Amino acid sequence: MAVSQLVGARIHRREDPRLITGHGRYTDDLPHQGVVHLVVVRSPHAHARIRSISIDAAKKAPGVLAVYTAPDFKDIIAGPATFAVAPVFAPNKLTNPPRYPIAAKEVCYQGEPVAVVIAGERGQAADGAQLVDVDYEVLPAVMDIEAAAKPGSAKVHSDQPDNIAWDTTYVPWEATEEAFKTADVVVKERILQQRLSPNPMESRVVMAEYDSFDKRLTMWLSTQNPHWIRLFVAGALGMGEQAVRVISHDVGGGFGSKISPYPEDFIVPACAKLLDRPVKYTETRTEAMQNAYAGRGQIFDVEVAAKKDGTLLGMRVTQLLDAGAYMALFSAFQTCACLMAGGAYHWNAISSRSQAVLTNKIPTDPYRGAGRPEATHVAERMMDVLALELDMDPVELRRKNFIRKEEFPYTQNFGLTIDSGDYETTMDKALKIAGYDDLRKKQKEQRKHGKLVGIGLSTWIELCGLGPGAATGPATGGVVLSESAQVKIHPAGGVSIYVGTHNHGQGNDTTHAQIAADTLGIPMEQIDIRHGDTNEGPGFGYGTYGSRSLAVGGIAILRSCNKVIEKGKQVAAHLLEAAEEDIVFDHGKFHVKGAPDKSKALGEVAFAAYGQLPAGMEQGLEAVAYFEPPNFVWPFGTHICVVEVDAETGAVDIQKYVAVDDCGNVINPMIVAGQLHGGIAQGIAQALFEEMVYDDESGQLKSATFLDYAMLTANEMPEIQLDSTVTPSPTNDLGVKGIGEAGTIASTAAVINAICDALSPLGIKHVDMPATSDRLWLQMQRARGASSNGKEARK
Amino acid sequence: MIPAAFEYARASSVEEASKLLKTYGEDAKVLAGGHSLIPLMRLRLAQPKALVDINGIKDLDYIKEDGSKLRFGALTRHVTIEHSAVVKQKLPILAEVASEIGDNQVRNMGTIGGVVAHADAAGDYPTIALMLDAEIVTNRRTIAAKDFFKDIFTTPLAADEIVIEVVFPVANGPHKYIKFRRRLFDWAIVGAAAQKMNGGWRIGLTNVGPTPVRAKAVEEALHTGAKPEEAAQHASDGLNPSGDLRASPEYKKHLARVLTKRAIEQAE
Repeated sequence: MAVSQLVGARIHRREDPRLITGHGRYTDDLPHQGVVHLVVVRSPHAHARIRSISIDAAKKAPGVLAVYTAPDFKDIIAGPATFAVAPVFAPNKLTNPPRYPIAAKEVCYQGEPVAVVIAGERGQAADGAQLVDVDYEVLPAVMDIEAAAKPGSAKVHSDQPDNIAWDTTYVPWEATEEAFKTADVVVKERILQQRLSPNPMESRVVMAEYDSFDKRLTMWLSTQNPHWIRLFVAGALGMGEQAVRVISHDVGGGFGSKISPYPEDFIVPACAKLLDRPVKYTETRTEAMQNAYAGRGQIFDVEVAAKKDGTLLGMRVTQLLDAGAYMALFSAFQTCACLMAGGAYHWNAISSRSQAVLTNKIPTDPYRGAGRPEATHVAERMMDVLALELDMDPVELRRKNFIRKEEFPYTQNFGLTIDSGDYETTMDKALKIAGYDDLRKKQKEQRKHGKLVGIGLSTWIELCGLGPGAATGPATGGVVLSESAQVKIHPAGGVSIYVGTHNHGQGNDTTHAQIAADTLGIPMEQIDIRHGDTNEGPGFGYGTYGSRSLAVGGIAILRSCNKVIEKGKQVAAHLLEAAEEDIVFDHGKFHVKGAPDKSKALGEVAFAAYGQLPAGMEQGLEAVAYFEPPNFVWPFGTHICVVEVDAETGAVDIQKYVAVDDCGNVINPMIVAGQLHGGIAQGIAQALFEEMVYDDESGQLKSATFLDYAMLTANEMPEIQLDSTVTPSPTNDLGVKGIGEAGTIASTAAVINAICDALSPLGIKHVDMPATSDRLWLQMQRARGASSNGKEARK
Repeated sequence: MIPAAFEYARASSVEEASKLLKTYGEDAKVLAGGHSLIPLMRLRLAQPKALVDINGIKDLDYIKEDGSKLRFGALTRHVTIEHSAVVKQKLPILAEVASEIGDNQVRNMGTIGGVVAHADAAGDYPTIALMLDAEIVTNRRTIAAKDFFKDIFTTPLAADEIVIEVVFPVANGPHKYIKFRRRLFDWAIVGAAAQKMNGGWRIGLTNVGPTPVRAKAVEEALHTGAKPEEAAQHASDGLNPSGDLRASPEYKKHLARVLTKRAIEQAE
C-alpha cells in the first residue's frame, strides 16, 4: 500500500449527516405509488392445532383487498421454503422440522403467521386482521429445554419424532479422563445464557412489486444480506435470480437478527404476485420483540480440572441450546461456543458436546457475538471460580495459563489456528490503566466496612471474519463465505465501488472509502461506496455478520483497487510511451520509474482508458475481486470492571470500566471506539437487565415491551476507558481483524466476575444473568442464612 | 402499533368536555398528556370509541398559592411543576418527584390531573397526594385522596366527571422521595416518600399494592420515638404486593422497609 493518509485516521462517519438528519433511505421511508399494506395474523398461542380459520368478516372490512391463508400460497411458494440449511458445526442434525412461511395445521410458536390481511391503508389491514377468526385447539407448550430434551417429553411439533435438533460430541469425555484423574482440584459450574431480544432500532420492513408482464420481482427490505435473500426468495417462488432484484439501502441495525430469512420475506412477494400490486409489510415493535430471531438461550455445564499451582489441565463443557420451534439459518453457528470454550489458555484436553433442543418459541439465531460471548463467559467465569477455589489472584491464574506471544500461530484443542496474539501485554496495559493493585488494596479496606466491592476481568479472545472456505463451505451446502467488490473508474475519474457486504450501522461507507482512497491515491469524496442492491456490483455478495466487513470485505476492495491499478499501468505505459513494467503507481499518479515528473494522474489515465487504445488493449477501467480468507481473524483484549453491590437492595453500580482491545491494524479509531461502546453497552445490559421471559405454561412472552425488557440507556452506562494494543493479523493484506462484536463478547464476563468478586465475602461463588437487584438480593439473603427476613425469601 | 378507529373531539371548556363525555358514554376517554393512554391504544389494549381532548381548555394549567395550600390545575405539566419556584419553596418534594417522572418527552406532555385520574399504582404523584392528604377537585365535587385511590386504575370518578384541580397542603420541612428502579426513566419498582410536617412524619409508598400506601405504622413508631431503622421495619406491615418481572412480593416488601429507612435518614 501507498503511504497512509486516511487509513488510521479518526474520520467522522460520512454516512452520519444523512442518517441523523432524516435523509436516510430506510425501506419504510421509500415512497411507492399504489402500494397496499399487509398485516399478519399471528398465533396467540405457543402451540396449537388450527381447526379452522374464518376470514369472511375480515374480507368484508372497509378497505380490505384480500385475506390469504396457507392454501392460497400453495401454488406460488414452492414446497417448504428453505429456511434452514445444514448447520455449521453440527453434521449430525437430527430433528429439523420443515418450516412454511405460513402455518396450515399447527402453530409452534407465539406469533407464527396463520393469515395475512391486505388493505389500502395499514390501519384498515390491522382492523381486518382483528376480524380473522381462528379456531385453535391449544396443545401443551414445550418451554423448558431440559425437560424438552428428555425422552417422553411433550413434543414441539406433533409430527416430529422428538425435540432434539442436534446432539454433537466434538471431543468425547474419555479424552479428558486423565486430566480429571490427575487433577488436584476440580471446579464445576452451571452457567446460564438467557434468551435475548435483539432489538435493532429499525424493525423489519418488506416491500415487493411484481411486474406480471416482464415477470420480474423487486423487493425492498431491511436485511443484513440481500444476495442471500434473493437466492432463497427466487428459489421459493420458482424464479431465476436474474428476475429478482433485492434492495436493502439503509438498515437501522441488525445485530444478527436480520441475517436469516423471515416468513414475510416470502409472503410479501408472493402476495404482490397474487394481487398484482406492490405490497408492503411494516413490522410493529411488539412483533419485533416477539418474533425477531432471539439470541443466546443456552445452559452450560462446565467442569475444570487443574493443578494446585493453577496449571489448567482439562475442561468438560456441555452446551444445551434452546433452538426454538425451528432451526434458523445460522443457529448451529452458536455451537462455536463449544470450540472456543478454552479461551485464551493452554489446556491438555477439552471435551465438549452440544445439544440443541426444540421449544415452542421463536428460533434462536446469531446475535452480536453468537457463540463467542457464551464461550468467553464460560472460560472467564471458570477462571474466576478456579481462582477463588485456589485462593489465587485471578490475574495470576490467567497469566500462568495464557497462550504466549511466541506460540502464535497456535493451534488450539479443537484444531482452530489462532492467527496471532499477545494476551499478556494487553492485560498488563489494562491492569495499569485500571490501577489494579490499588483497587485490590482499596477493596480490602472497603470490605472491612461491609462494602461489597468487586473487580472482574475478562481476557477475551474471538474468532471472526467469516470465513475460510474449509469451515464455511460445508456449512452452507457449498457456498464459501468469501467477499466481493467491484471498482469502476469512470471516464472523468469518479469512482464507484460496489461491495458485497452490508452497512447497517458499522460505518463501512467510511472505512471502506478510507481503504480505497489510500489505495487509489485520491480523495474520499471522489469515491462512492454502494451496497445493498443485487442488481449492482458483482454476481454475489455475502452480507455483513460475524465481523467480516473489514477483514473479508475490506480486502476484496483493496484487491479490486489493485487490479484496477494494474490495468491503469497498461494505459499509463501507452500514454507515457514507456514499458508497462517501468510504470510505478504512487499517491494517485502513474509515473515512469526514476522519473516522477513524467506522470499521469489516475483521472487522466481513466479518461484515456475509454479512448483510443493500442490494438489488443481493452477499453474501460474497472475490476472485480473476490477474497476468500485463509483463516478466521482473532482479535482479543482485556476488560476490567469494578462494581459495588448495594448490600441492602442488591443494586449494582458500575464504578469503573476499562477496555484494552487489540483488533490488529485500525482503519478508523473513532469507528472502533463506537463499535466497542455499543457492544459493551449490550453486554452490560445482558449482564444486568435484559431477558426474554416466557410464561412456563402458556408460552406467552411476558417481557414484550420496553417497560419489561430493559435495554440500557445512556443514564445506565458507566464511563468507559478505552485503549488498545496492535497485533496485526498475518492472514490478510491489511493486517486487520474484526471489532463489531468484541464489546459484547468481552463485557458480560467482566461485569459478572466483578459482581461475584463483590459477593464472595458472603460465600457466593456464581451469579446468573441478568444479575437483577431482585435476584442478587435473594441470593444474598440465602447466603446470609437466617436473617430476620430470611424466612420470607423465595424458595 | 396502529390504534383502532375512534372519534375525536376537542373541548374548550370543562362544561363542554363533560357534555361530550356524557354524549359518548362509558367508552369515551379523556385525553390530557396521553402518555399512558396513547401507548395502550397503540397496542389496542385500550380501544375507546371516542377521545375527548381537554388540552384546549386554557384555564386548567396553573399553580396557585392559596394560604396554606397549593392548587395545581389538572393540565399542569410535570415540567412546570419540576421548575416552579413556588413549588420548590412550598412543596419541594413534589418538584423533586416531577423531575424524576419518565424522560423529557414525558415530562413535557404528562399532566398532574392525568396521573391522578389514571391511578396507576406505580404512579408517583398519587403517593404524595395520599401521604399529604391532598384533595382532588372535579367538576362536581372535592374528594379526599384517601377516598380517591380505590383500586388499581380505579377511582370514584363518574363517566362524565373530570379532574380539574389537585390541592396539596404546603409542606416544606425535611423530605425525601426515593424511587427505586432499574433505569432512570423507569417506573418505580418501589418508591418511598418521607415528609416532616407539623412536627410529625408522613410516610408514603409507591407500587407495593393496588393503590398508593400511607405507612401509618411507621409514622406512629417515629412519633413514639423509634429510630428510623426500627420504625422502617413497619413499612411492610399489612402489605401484600403482587410480584412482577422486576420484583417478587418479598423483595418489594423488603424494599419498602429499606427505602423507608433511607428516605427518613436522607430527608432534608
